[in-house]
Amino acid sequence: MITVTLTVNGRTYRADCEPRRTLADFLRHDLGFTGVHVGCEHGVCGSCTITLDGASARACCLLAVQVDGSEIVTVEGLASDGELHPLQESFRKHHGLQCGFCTPGMLATATELLKENPDPTDAEIRQAISGNLCRCTGYQFIVDAVRDAAR
Amino acid sequence: MKAAPFEYLRATSLDEAIEALGTPDARALAGGQSLVPLLNLRQARPSLVVDINRLDELSFLRKENGRLEIGALTRHRAVETSAVVRSEIPLLAEALGHVGHVAIRNRGTIGGSLAHADPAAELPAVMVALDADFTVRSASGERTVAARDFFLGPHRTALGRGELLTRISVPSHRGGWAVEELSRRSRDLALVAVFATVTMTGEVCESARIAVAGAGPTPIRATAAEASLTGGPMTGDAIALAAELAAAATDPPGDLHAPADYRREMAAVLTRRALARAKEGA
Repeated sequence: MITVTLTVNGRTYRADCEPRRTLADFLRHDLGFTGVHVGCEHGVCGSCTITLDGASARACCLLAVQVDGSEIVTVEGLASDGELHPLQESFRKHHGLQCGFCTPGMLATATELLKENPDPTDAEIRQAISGNLCRCTGYQFIVDAVRDAAR
Repeated sequence: MKAAPFEYLRATSLDEAIEALGTPDARALAGGQSLVPLLNLRQARPSLVVDINRLDELSFLRKENGRLEIGALTRHRAVETSAVVRSEIPLLAEALGHVGHVAIRNRGTIGGSLAHADPAAELPAVMVALDADFTVRSASGERTVAARDFFLGPHRTALGRGELLTRISVPSHRGGWAVEELSRRSRDLALVAVFATVTMTGEVCESARIAVAGAGPTPIRATAAEASLTGGPMTGDAIALAAELAAAATDPPGDLHAPADYRREMAAVLTRRALARAKEGA
């Protein structure tokens, strides 16, 4: 077992884990951030996407021990002072989530997209979220939500 | 699925990492974007994982004597978005745009992709097209391996036990270039991808380099196709002939996604398109 220290959503956590523990399982099972969703476990589905030291990352394709000392934002850290993040508000307004499984990863990806490109075209939005699989919405409502949040 | 247990060492110096990599069945962990999925799927079961993420000396990007020197631990996204790379070796920046999605490229490393040696991956083929050199370090010192000699088979490289890929040296490129890729999903590994560079004097092709990914056990350098173009006018017929020669040099695998004949045919189609575009930009 190795002790891993992470700052998650502004608070510091410390826990022991085996070296083989993925960051996704560490966040979800050891620290209780159940917004981190584990899907394919090999980097294809994007459900475990979080923000790591300011950039999006697949939490299933990292070992927790590998990112010891890092700063992480999960979907739980997006809302502040009881107010949803504009993207979360927009997802709700446009019905950009159905089962909700892909939503935390979609939000992490969309947050990064809008940070780097505040006025993306639909094609750019589709390209950005093409690494996040959604089996419910057909993506149209998600694209609508991201476009609207950019305004 | 979950990874099988392994020993873990967070290397604090290059020497320590190299010594540990001498352990039987040890694997280096850089970004983890190839290795961790393999661990999760238990397709890799190393005895020891040597984490090189803290070796900051392996993360750099600088121009030196007309070449770009890239530390093995440099993340894809840093290379892709670098102004120097975009101006000196735009083919490399463009190729990196095809490597997974942004979340993958934020963590994945240049050296990690190359050492992983997936024959359908973009970086090995682009390095072969660009005549890059790799620096490999071991306890007995450093050696240089040309990209063309580095890839021995699917996921097999010239790296021996106790060796670590530390640095990639890429000559600057002037002239036209193009990436053409066919994949099943946006940013997925290639079914077939072609990387081409062309320099011209007037209408005459001075040099052409063509490498194909996904069409054999290693990246394929299409030398006969290159030779057929060099020194002659780059007409449509010349490009068509080069495309046929490039396809003939491939030895594509067949699987449920694409039979070998289809991949070979696509190698010709993509080479034709890539050469036409590279010529336009030359």
